Order: sequence, then C-alpha cells, then structure tokens
Amino acid sequence: MREIQVSAITDVVERLCIEANTHLPGDVKCAIETCRACEDGAIAQGVLDKIIENYNIADSENVPICQDTGMACVFLEIGQDVHLVGGDLREAVDEGVRRGYGKGYLRKSVVADPVRRGNTGDNTPAMLYTEIVPGENVKITVGPKGFGSENMSAIRMFKPSAGLQGIKDFILETVELAGPNPCPPMVVGVGIGGTFDKAALLAKKAIMRPLDTHNPDPFYAELEEEMLEKVNALGIGPQGFGGKTTAIGLNIETLPTHIAGMPCAININCHVTRHKTEVL
Amino acid sequence: MEKHITLPLTEEIVKTLKAGDTVYLTGTIYTSRDAGHKRMCESLAKGEELPFDPKDATIYYVGPTPAKPGQVIGSAGPTTSGRMDAYAPTMMSVGARGMIGKGARLPEVVEAMKKYTGVYFGAIGGAGALLAKCIKQCELIAYEDLGAEALRKLYVEDMPLFVIIDCEGNNLYESGRAEYLAKK
Repeated sequence: MREIQVSAITDVVERLCIEANTHLPGDVKCAIETCRACEDGAIAQGVLDKIIENYNIADSENVPICQDTGMACVFLEIGQDVHLVGGDLREAVDEGVRRGYGKGYLRKSVVADPVRRGNTGDNTPAMLYTEIVPGENVKITVGPKGFGSENMSAIRMFKPSAGLQGIKDFILETVELAGPNPCPPMVVGVGIGGTFDKAALLAKKAIMRPLDTHNPDPFYAELEEEMLEKVNALGIGPQGFGGKTTAIGLNIETLPTHIAGMPCAININCHVTRHKTEVL
Repeated sequence: MEKHITLPLTEEIVKTLKAGDTVYLTGTIYTSRDAGHKRMCESLAKGEELPFDPKDATIYYVGPTPAKPGQVIGSAGPTTSGRMDAYAPTMMSVGARGMIGKGARLPEVVEAMKKYTGVYFGAIGGAGALLAKCIKQCELIAYEDLGAEALRKLYVEDMPLFVIIDCEGNNLYESGRAEYLAKK
C-alpha cells in the first residue's frame, strides 16, 4: 500500500490546468499543420495560418490559446494499492482547479446552478471522473473543455437494427448541424455502446485520445479513417468558410452493450483540443 | 477583397462590405455576450439608456481571460454568436450595426441586418491569443459583477475579420462552402 497526500494531487491539477490551457499537444499541432499543407483555398489557408500563429503565440508568451479556458474535466486513474491521505480528494482536486485558474489568469466560466446561473468565481467544481485501476500510481489528466463545441454534441439511443449505417449517418448529421459553430476544424469523438451515460463518457475520452493513434480494433480503426474522410467531404472547412479541413481527427471508443440497444454519443471539440497528463 | 475600415461603422461603410471580404478594423468597439445582452435588452425594455451610445456601434461577442500584469487584456477570441440571436435585432433597432463573433445566425437576425443595414463579422474562433494582440486599450464600463461577461470598451487596431453576412443577406458560410464543393 502506497500513501499519497491529496495535496500532491492539488499541485499537479493546478499545474496541468495552466499547461493544458497554454500549450497545445504536439499531436494536435501536427494534425493542423498537415491539414494546412493540403488546403488549396486562400481563405482556408489563411484561417489555418492564423490558427498556427495563435498557438505559437500562446506557447511563447505563456497565455491561454483560447479565451474559453473551459470546464476543468479531471480524470483520475487511481491504483488500487494507493491510499489517499491528508484530506478530501474531491476538495483537493477543486483546490487545484481554483489555484490553476487563479494563478494562470484563466477564465472562470462555471455557474453554480444550471438554471439559476451565478458564476462560482473560481471555475470550480471540476468535472471529476475517478477510476480504480491496478497498481500503486495515480494518473491525472486535465482536459479543459470549451462549450462552443460542447454545445454541438449529441447522443442517440439506436435500435440495434440501425446498424453501422445508423452510426455513420448520425456522425455526419451531427457535424453538419454543428457547422461553423464549434470553431472548425474540429475533433470528433464518438462513443458507441455501454449505457446512456457510458456512451457520453466514451465520446469524451475519444476526443482526449491522441490524434496520431487509432482504435486498436482494425474494424473501428478503418471506420475512423472512413468517417474522417466523409466528414471532410462535407466541405464545411476551417471556421465554416469552406475547404477540405472540417475535422483534424475522428476517434471512436466502444464498450459492450445490451442486446436491445446501441447507444451512440458524439462529443465535438474545436481545434483547441487540450489535455495534459501526469503520473504520481 | 481586403479592406481597412475605421470605426464608427456608418451606414455608408456597411453598404460597401460584401460577404467574403477580409476586413481589418480600427477604432472603438464594445464587448458583450449572453448575460450582458440580457441586461442591455432589459434596460431598453424599461426605457433606460445603455451604458454606451449604440449609434453605429460594433459589438464584439467575447468574454476574455483576465489580463496578466502588463497585458491590456487576456486572450480574447469570439464566442458563438447564435446565443445572442434573441437580442441582436433589438440592439440593431437602437442603432448598433456591427457584430463580431463566430457561427451561424438565425434568419430573423439576417432580416434585421437588412432592415437596419447591419453587418456580421467573423473573427477566428479559438485564436484568442492572436486577437488580443490587436486590442490596444480596454476599459470596463458596466456590469462589473458579470466578470468575464462585463461590458468593456476596446480600442482595436487592424483587427483581422471576415465579413460573414452582409447587409444584403449574402452569407459566406453558404457561398464559401458551395464554392469549395463546386470546385471539387
């Protein structure tokens, strides 16, 4: 049994909130630059050039890439041989978010109540997911999620008879409806299977998966490639002004599901697809 | 076409702008988003004055990050304009002409743009660090309690924008995509 102080988790969450919001992951930059090289329209090229210039400024000046520094989605994979000591875990994570968003000059975008609103003033609470895994480490991932794209996400409970075609049509329909709103080029996360709630979580995990990886199952790896191509054939383009690059990545995650169902969730993210991980 | 525009945004200027134009904007603009628009429209309904003169004004839909020491403003890219659709016709009815944001607008907003000679500019969504560079002055003028959503007066120099919808209702989201698909 390894003891870890929850204050150490606070420190890591604080740091990851700032770093994730300031430095775009290498795989995302690489995908944007690859797409820039393929675009031939002047407006599309110009938009992608500005997007590249923007994340370079954020890198060199340590400022947020985007003003929507998001809700702090925090994923903890906690080894089953770890004993967390020294305080309340939930409070420790929120304190990390509070400090990170304060010290990092990040925007506080969370309201205390969904209907009655009222900004919490410190971007807490975090959207916290914990998972118990083998081992004695704690893997901490912070993925700030902006809402221009979150608002364009969708979930549908398909009948099994809808089959693969149903999923394909739903992906294209969702991207089409999103249009210029989620700041394309976007990243499309698809979660298929599980239950209603698990499908949504899979979709969120799909957008956090590096864009230079494929689903390990060749069937879904091919589907990722096919659907990315089809999404880009829609022609929405960078910022919706028309072009080849509507999405820079499309990741699919799956789970077993019930004999009666085929849940499918699609989480849309913008080109500022941020996440940063550290292991304690 | 590439155009350099100096504010305020008069009716004559708006009429020269066409969907698809690249525009570099210089002058005073005002920031407001969801909660600020709600308050402004409530004030207008009560017959009260707005915190700024709306005549020929341009409103930037943005909620910036806090400025670091030494910065004029934090990162300041556009937010999704569709959430302001409920308020935009009212704002144009009292004289505001320019809107800066990103994303689709409802037909009633486009109709109001035709009626009041308004224009909808797009700034690049997600380019907040870059857009902050062209903001030279920032002053909080109202609704301080709204934090990032407070009303700010900005002075911008050569702010890079695209005309998405012009005062005749032409729409770059439609024409740009159609043009690309036709070429393919």
